[in-house]
Amino acid sequence: MKKIPNNRAWWLVLPVFLLVAFSALIPLMTVVNYSVQDIFGPDTAYYVGTEWFIEVLADERLRDSLLRQFLFSGAVLAIEIPLGIAVALTMPKSGIKASLCLILLAIPLLIPWNVVGTIWQIFGRGDIGLFGWGLNALGFDYNYTGNTVDAWLTVLLMDVWHWTPLVALLCYSGLRAIPEAFYQAAEIDRASNWAVFRYIQLPRLKSVLVIAVLLRFMDSFMIYTEPFVLTGGGPGSSTTFLSQTLTTMAIGQFDIGRAAAFSLIYFLIVLLVSWVFFTAITHLDKEK
Amino acid sequence: MNYSRYKGFGITLFIVLLLTPIYWLLNMSFKTNREILGGLTFWPKNFTLDNYAVIFTDPSWYSGYINSMIYVSMNMTITLLVALPAAYAFSRYKFVGDKHLFFWLLSNRMAPPAVFLLPFFQLYSSVGLFDTHIAVALAHCLFSVPLAVWILEGFMSGVPREYDEMAYIDGYSFPKFFVKIFLPMIRSGIGVAAFFAFMFSWVELLLARTLTSVDAQPIGAIMTRTVGASGVDWGVLSAAGALTIIPGVLVVWFVRNHIAKGFALGRV
Repeated sequence: MKKIPNNRAWWLVLPVFLLVAFSALIPLMTVVNYSVQDIFGPDTAYYVGTEWFIEVLADERLRDSLLRQFLFSGAVLAIEIPLGIAVALTMPKSGIKASLCLILLAIPLLIPWNVVGTIWQIFGRGDIGLFGWGLNALGFDYNYTGNTVDAWLTVLLMDVWHWTPLVALLCYSGLRAIPEAFYQAAEIDRASNWAVFRYIQLPRLKSVLVIAVLLRFMDSFMIYTEPFVLTGGGPGSSTTFLSQTLTTMAIGQFDIGRAAAFSLIYFLIVLLVSWVFFTAITHLDKEK
Repeated sequence: MNYSRYKGFGITLFIVLLLTPIYWLLNMSFKTNREILGGLTFWPKNFTLDNYAVIFTDPSWYSGYINSMIYVSMNMTITLLVALPAAYAFSRYKFVGDKHLFFWLLSNRMAPPAVFLLPFFQLYSSVGLFDTHIAVALAHCLFSVPLAVWILEGFMSGVPREYDEMAYIDGYSFPKFFVKIFLPMIRSGIGVAAFFAFMFSWVELLLARTLTSVDAQPIGAIMTRTVGASGVDWGVLSAAGALTIIPGVLVVWFVRNHIAKGFALGRV
């Protein structure tokens, strides 16, 4: 649709602008303000410039949790994207079965995040959970509260369980948008299933996949509630991800200046990676 | 034919695996604590509703659901009220800075909630909104408003502008046209936007927990109380968890065809 230039339309977006400005700009400016000051009390604050940033970048605890975060997000993407595509490919194309699949797949996405943690907390326990009990019965020495590797695998499995359906739903809607004529042409050419996937479905899924990767990167990078409920960040600090480190620092230890500087670095990383993806999306839109 | 049977098997297996942890939660919620700790049973031997009775009779439990419901509905109402005119503007007009505004709205979705935690806490404390439902609702607007604008903009762009012009010629004022003619035409879009505002506010806990202490405490925060001196009350914890799944499952049927669009911020 051709849009009419009309600057009075600003009046219509003004409420949104004010609302989001109130809950985004003011807090963000507060963070920026804190990050350059050393605050001892309500009236005693000193301007310290970039000291906090330098200190934060040198902080070993933060670097460790940043590394863990990248490892986790990388693992999440490496598992969920291919698995999501595979699930989308096996879903029925239409009818009541397809609707049923969509709804059942959506269920994990609609569960409050702390309950997701609770579900896995129970499910993974060796004494009362089916998963933990089953693994122990099979002879594996599995204990997610004591063993670092087990804790990692459980958090990862929980995230795969929670979010693979999202990737599958996105891919499914991408697959449904492929005209039937493409498949008919492939059949005439006697293309193999693999060739259909490689040369018809995958290229058509490109734009959906960029969105899926973007969303999964952002959300896994901000993960807090689920591992907090499941492992509390332990054993030790082996499953303490960035958001939890930051929350402990800001609310628990009230180390405001450091937390603020860390917040900004955190936000910038997310924004930078997301910007790369966003440019990719708009670039793809133009190609269409 | 072999290939499609193989596919059917694959999807069934995946869905069964997906539902097993949820089944386990339901299973636990119908057991007594003695049975839970007494040994692993695959279904409740002594089927009981006691765990649910605890929640429905104790005000400190069910008030959590009421609190969550209140701020979620407030969030939905505010989101729709501000997003509808904005989405109309984005779908119909070109104006100074429209693209930048759009990207800025999206960028809020990228901000980790943990970053805003402390400033939010101080901002709402300083204006006297701490531990009120509206504080949580406003904080959640940060994520739900951009999403609603994007979804609604998509639906509104599907309505040709000729309708607007025709209504104008027929003597409708803009507000009358908007409410009487335009909104009914995009009602499925409004439904989808409302659903996702509901959903994102319902599943979020970090902000909701930080901005409340007693009066507006969400159910997610109350659930941590099951850890008592005598260990964890697994039965009640499971029942409380199971109850939080219901609202989403009840309404998802209505948005099943738009669900990918909603989760992808209207980009699919």
